[in-house]
Amino acid sequence: MESKSSGRRKFLKNSAALIGAAAAGIRPASGQAPAPDMDMPDLEALISYGQRSPFVKSKRISVMERMSPDEFGMTFHVLSPIQDSIGIITPSSLHYVSTHRGSYVPNIDPQEHRLLIHGMVDRPLIFTVDEIKRFPFVTRALFLECLGNRAKPSHKTVQETHGLTSCSEWTGVPLSLLLQEAGVQSGAAFIVAEGAESVKGATSIPIGKAMDDCLVAYGQNGEALRPQQGFPIRLLVPGFEGMHNVKYLRRIKVVEKDYMTYNDYGHIVPDARVAALTRQIGPKSVITFPSGEQKLPGPGLYEITGLAWSGSGAIRGVDISTDGGQTWKLAELRTPSYAMAHTRFAFLWTWDGKECVIMSRCTDELGTRQPTRAEAAKYWNKPDDRDFRTPGADNTVLPWRIADDGSIHNGMA
Amino acid sequence: MEWRKLLLLVAALTLTQLAKAQSPKYGVGRTPTAQEIRALDISIGPDGKELPPGHGTAAEGAKLFREKQCVVCHGSTGSGGPAPTLIKTDGTKKSKYPCLVPCVDDSNVMALHAQYATTMWDYINRAMPLNKEGTLKPDEVYSLVALLLFKNGVIAEDQVMDAQTLPKVKMPNRDHVAPTPEWRHGVPTLAGYP
Repeated sequence: MESKSSGRRKFLKNSAALIGAAAAGIRPASGQAPAPDMDMPDLEALISYGQRSPFVKSKRISVMERMSPDEFGMTFHVLSPIQDSIGIITPSSLHYVSTHRGSYVPNIDPQEHRLLIHGMVDRPLIFTVDEIKRFPFVTRALFLECLGNRAKPSHKTVQETHGLTSCSEWTGVPLSLLLQEAGVQSGAAFIVAEGAESVKGATSIPIGKAMDDCLVAYGQNGEALRPQQGFPIRLLVPGFEGMHNVKYLRRIKVVEKDYMTYNDYGHIVPDARVAALTRQIGPKSVITFPSGEQKLPGPGLYEITGLAWSGSGAIRGVDISTDGGQTWKLAELRTPSYAMAHTRFAFLWTWDGKECVIMSRCTDELGTRQPTRAEAAKYWNKPDDRDFRTPGADNTVLPWRIADDGSIHNGMA
Repeated sequence: MEWRKLLLLVAALTLTQLAKAQSPKYGVGRTPTAQEIRALDISIGPDGKELPPGHGTAAEGAKLFREKQCVVCHGSTGSGGPAPTLIKTDGTKKSKYPCLVPCVDDSNVMALHAQYATTMWDYINRAMPLNKEGTLKPDEVYSLVALLLFKNGVIAEDQVMDAQTLPKVKMPNRDHVAPTPEWRHGVPTLAGYP
C-alpha cells in the first residue's frame, strides 16, 4: 500500500517536473528527458506553486462518525488541525470542509458560472464572475464554524472537539451592493441563497442580515477560493453558522418569508430560546496549546494559547483559569480583534508539575460571555453531567486536564 | 469648522437618499430573460406558488421508489440505509448509520419533522436521486412526496398530490416549531444567556 502510493506520488512528481520543464523550455544537456529516479527538485513546487516543508505534517482528518469520502465518494465533514494553528489565518489547504447533504466537489469553469438575483426585486440581474469583480470589493478576516462543532467526552484532541472552525481573509463584493443594484422591493423578508453543486444546497437568510455585512467572495487568503471552499464564488454570512455560507453561489432569490429549504428545516426547534442560539455563533474560545494528546515535557514556563471568536462581533477579552475554573486571569490578545474573526490569545504560565485543569472563556463586544458547561446546564435546568448536551450551537468552555506526567486529556471525559 | 459639518451632513443625507431609492448605481450585469429565470428558479416556498403543473399518488410513488433506486440508499422499507430514514419505524431498530445533518431526533423523518410539504417537494426535486439530481419530472416528485406522506400517516393512500393539494397538507409538526428569531445587528441573540 505504502509503496503503491509513493510510486504514484513519484509518478505525479515526475510528470509535473516534465510539464514544468517543457513549459519553461528547459532541456537537459544530454537532450533527453530527466531519468525517472533522478533526485531533482520538483519544478512545479520550486517555481510555480510552493509547498510546505516535508517536516511539517499537520493535516485534516475526517469526522469519524461519518467518514469522508464515504462509500459513495462524497465528502461530509473534515476537521481542521487547529492544535497546530499559528496566528489567526487557517491555510486554505487546511480549512475545515462541510457540505450540504454530503457532496462531491464540483469542477466549475469560472467563465461559465453565473449569479442570478431575482424574486422581489425591481430589476432581476445576472452576473458573470468577471462582472462581480468589477464592483467595489472589501477584504475581511472572517471565521466560519459548522453547527456540528461540538466537543464530546470521547474526543481526544482539539481537532476533534473544535476542528469545524477556520478563519480566512476573504475578498469579495458586499451583497448589499448587488441587492441594491437589483432594487429590493418592500415586503422582502428573506433571501434564498443557492449553490451550483449537485445538490444545489440552499438556505434562507433574513434580509436584514443580507443587507448588513454579507459578502459574495471570490478571494481567500490572497488567491482564488479553493474548490472545497466554493470556487468560483461563495456567500459569506459573518457570524452565522457555516451552513448559511453557501458555496458555488449561483442564485439569490429575494422572498417574503423564510422559505424552509432542506437545510432550514433541519434546524427548526420547538423552543424559541434554542432557535435563538442556533443560527448565530455565540462567543466561543478554546485552548489549542497545551491541548489533548500533547505533552508538556516537565514543569516550567509555557505559554497557553488559543483562539476566540463570536458571531456577534469582535472579541473584547479572554480569561484563563489554571485551577479548574475557581479563579480567572486576563489573557493577552495577541492579534487585532476583528469582528467575526478568530482572535489569538496567550497567557504566560509556569506549570508546577502537579495535575491541574486549564480552560479559557471569552467575552465579545456586546458583553456576552462564553458559558461554562455548568452555567449552560443551570440555564437549561439540566444536571451538569457527561450526558448534558447544550441546546443550539455549543459554545461552552472546554477544560483540558493536565496529568502530573504532563499528558493532556479532554476535561469532559 | 461648521461648514465642514454641514458638508458631511449633506453628504450623509445624499447617501441615505441613494440607498433608499436603490437606483442602479454601477450598471454592471444584465437583465436575465424570463426563460433564464424559469430554468434556474427551483425554489418552492411554503405557500407552493412556484409548484409546477403535475400530480402523483402514493401508489405511483411506491413504484418509483424502486425504479429510481431510492432503495439503495434509503432501504427497501425507507429506513436502515446509509441515507436518512424516510419512513418511520417502531423505534426499536436504531440505524447503524449516524444521523446526517440536518439530524432530527436520530430518525430524520422529513414527513414528520418538516413544517411544510413544500420542503419535501423542493428537496427531492433539487437533490435526488444521488448522481441524477434534478432529473425527476414533476409528476414523479409529486408521487414520491405522496408516498412519504402516506407511509408516515400524514395523508390517505388515494390522496392526489398536485400544486393545489400539496401546500394544504397539514403537516404534523406545523404548530410545534418556534418562529424564526428576528435578527438585528448588534443585539445579543438571547438576552440573559447564560
